[in-house]
Amino acid sequence: YRNLTHWLKTRSVSVDLNNDASLLIDIPDALCERDKVKFTVHTKTTLSAFQKPEFSVPRQHEDFIWLHDTLVETEDYAGLIIPPAPPKPDFESPREKMHKLGEGEATMTKEEYNKMKQELEAEYLAVFKKTVQVHEIFLQRLSSHAILSKDRNFQIFLEYDQDLSVRRKNAKEMFGGFFKNMVKTADEVIISGIKEVDDFFEQEKTFLLDYYSKIKDSTAKAEKMTRSHKNVADDYIHISATLNTLSADDSTFYLRLYKVEGRVASDQELKLTELLRYYMRDIQAAKDLLYRRARALADYEHSNKALDKARLKSKDVPQAEEHQQQCLQKFDKLSESGKRELTSFKGRRVVAFRKNLIEMAELEIKHAKNNVTLLQGCIDLLKSN
Amino acid sequence: MADTARDPPPEQTDFQELEDGEDLFPEPAAAPESGPASLPAEDVSTNSNGPKQDSLFDDDPEDLFAEATEEVSLDSPERDVLLSDGPSPAITPITPPTSVITPRIGHAHDDMFTHSSFDEIEEEEGGDSFDIHIAVSDPEKVGDGMNAYMAYKVTTKTSLSVFKQGEFSVKRRFSDFLGLHSKLASKYLHVGYIVPPAPEKSIVGMTKVKVGKEDQSSNEFVEKRRSALERYLMRTVKHPVLLKDPDVLQFLESSELPRAVSTQALSSAGLLRMVNKAADAVNKMTIKMNESDAWFEEKQQQFENLDIQLRKLHASVESLVCHRKELSVNTALFAKSAAMLGNSEDHTALSRALSQLAEVEEKIDQLHQDQANADFYLFSELLGDYVRLITAVKGVFDHRMKTWQKWQDSQMLLQKKREAEAKLQFTNKPDKLQQAKDEIKELEGKVQQGERDFEQISKTIRKEVSRFEKERVKDFKSVIIKYLESLVQTQQQLIKYWEAFLPEAKAIS
Repeated sequence: YRNLTHWLKTRSVSVDLNNDASLLIDIPDALCERDKVKFTVHTKTTLSAFQKPEFSVPRQHEDFIWLHDTLVETEDYAGLIIPPAPPKPDFESPREKMHKLGEGEATMTKEEYNKMKQELEAEYLAVFKKTVQVHEIFLQRLSSHAILSKDRNFQIFLEYDQDLSVRRKNAKEMFGGFFKNMVKTADEVIISGIKEVDDFFEQEKTFLLDYYSKIKDSTAKAEKMTRSHKNVADDYIHISATLNTLSADDSTFYLRLYKVEGRVASDQELKLTELLRYYMRDIQAAKDLLYRRARALADYEHSNKALDKARLKSKDVPQAEEHQQQCLQKFDKLSESGKRELTSFKGRRVVAFRKNLIEMAELEIKHAKNNVTLLQGCIDLLKSN
Repeated sequence: MADTARDPPPEQTDFQELEDGEDLFPEPAAAPESGPASLPAEDVSTNSNGPKQDSLFDDDPEDLFAEATEEVSLDSPERDVLLSDGPSPAITPITPPTSVITPRIGHAHDDMFTHSSFDEIEEEEGGDSFDIHIAVSDPEKVGDGMNAYMAYKVTTKTSLSVFKQGEFSVKRRFSDFLGLHSKLASKYLHVGYIVPPAPEKSIVGMTKVKVGKEDQSSNEFVEKRRSALERYLMRTVKHPVLLKDPDVLQFLESSELPRAVSTQALSSAGLLRMVNKAADAVNKMTIKMNESDAWFEEKQQQFENLDIQLRKLHASVESLVCHRKELSVNTALFAKSAAMLGNSEDHTALSRALSQLAEVEEKIDQLHQDQANADFYLFSELLGDYVRLITAVKGVFDHRMKTWQKWQDSQMLLQKKREAEAKLQFTNKPDKLQQAKDEIKELEGKVQQGERDFEQISKTIRKEVSRFEKERVKDFKSVIIKYLESLVQTQQQLIKYWEAFLPEAKAIS
């Protein structure tokens, strides 16, 4: 029931991905009906691979997941970091709060109720914006990647003007999600288990495994902190409502203070928590790459053993040799591609952290300064009487 | 954002005794929002030593039995009766023939300065010339185990002539304060003076202290109590009549104070009080007062509403304190996590920035802690004080009703006696007739006295209420200003911290 007409673009968590004019993607609009979000994916392109230079299609969250999964399942991309899939839109929290608010309506004044409702609607909107942002970034990561941007399924996703759900079902039947499931289980064991000859990957492995657990923890703690901040902001609503009943004056101060406290909470949320959350998923994607490479190495080692065995038995040696060569090639390709990907990933990560930390600090300063002005004004007013 | 238009409240001009334009916490409008009769009294503060509940045991070791002493009984049974009984007793606005109470119209100033000797005292002590300051400090544990108690130093600084010296201090324990309050209440409440209630007891808090637990929560408890005792004394001496009371003077000045035994549980005084309270409660419910004075009716309603709103506000502020403490804890946890993340980061500049972020968040955690304290000590405790004060105010209104009842009872008795005497006229019993005439004379005196008492208490209450409202506005204003200033400080610190962090973030390359 929500239609975003004025879409306020918050800055992306990654660096500006939408730079290459040959393929520009954005989500200018989205519709929220009950649980489902319908995204409008808008593409502007100079590439001949597409039928038109500019077009829009409606897409659901499940379509994004389908696209992500097909990319993961594609052998050719084994040496790439596949951008993490956007998480499912989750309106659980504001919906639950809205429900509670409805139940508690009788115990509050009309104004208090309206204020709380307003804030909940703002929260709803914030969740909405977040989910649009995250879906948009996913597509922009793809469009800015030299190899992935050319993927056929990606093009279908952008262009196909019919419902994708038929294709989605077929895909599930075909792949059965083997690779995906495999990746989920025991990858850490396998990654840490291989004998690493390459210093670069040895370092990366150690770093990524450790960093992942740390960033996961930080994300959780940041989320908790933000929730507490929201609670404080909510308290100010109740306080201001009661003060309003007691006197027509001071409530305005508290209402405004709430606005600023509330805004700080959601700004923090956007910058810090989203940053951490996003990179947590991105690092998981990097780990997945390491895993695939580890598997390729394991395959190569197996093929070596098989070759030795074949030579001993003097049976099927050419096949064994060819298999071994293939494994080696695959492993080398993954290593080369992986090295590239991981290096650029590090650069991307550092730049994104920098940008978001700066923006967060600037926002904190701005809000604090606003607060001081607001508070000082109230103090002066009270003292002058 | 729709603010309610700032209309001055309608015809409550009678004792709307405020400076021009100052609308801070006046009584709520005559047609208030109907708040709920019962409040969500959620005790959200995890650290709270339950001001609302466990006020059962005295910190005197000799109190073996749980009982409500005078101080507590002012709060609980009284309050319950008041709340459960509806806003005010049935009032039929009939003008009784002998009423000398004319409804007051016009400025409060008229009443303040026209009559009664007490007014002089008030003028003298008005605003700026009021020079007395009391500090409660240096809590010291005396004794060991369950016999231990806290002794507080009470320092008075004053230039008032009623005191022998300009600066002096004494040592007092909690039961001394309760004793003082008990004496003042028994002397002044029933004639209409709003006696500030003493701070509440707390078994949990005191036991921790006795047992010797030197942890943060028992330190907080002691500080909370110390602060409450100080506010209590300041409120008491701000009252021009109470200030001159010999018990108050003795409390402040005399180095030795007889132990307040009647605050204990099963003393005869305590039992008597209990019985009286019960009787009073029953009586109160059956008193139907013919309220001739709209002022009282209005005021009672206003206080009822104020009570509801303050309790609600108090609950919200307590929730704020609790949430801010949570925020502080979560910020500290995040800071640690960010530090670990910084350690794990292999890009040097980013690693340093993350460590800096962790440090900033740690400092902010401390800020939140301090702010939570300000929330609590400035705001929340003030509200708690006023919730209890309003109970005292309501008590005073009740006493007026009782006084009226007493007067009416005498009148009715007189009427009966007169009828009886008239009958006796026709019989031939000269002795009985004489007796009846004597009794009538006595009763006439009683009736006159009853009327005078009622008049006096009504007058006193008007003055007291007006004084109370003035004080309340002043009190709230000064506390709010302090609280806002604490918020400003917090925000300015935040600016400092983030401005120091910004170059670190920019240095990432």
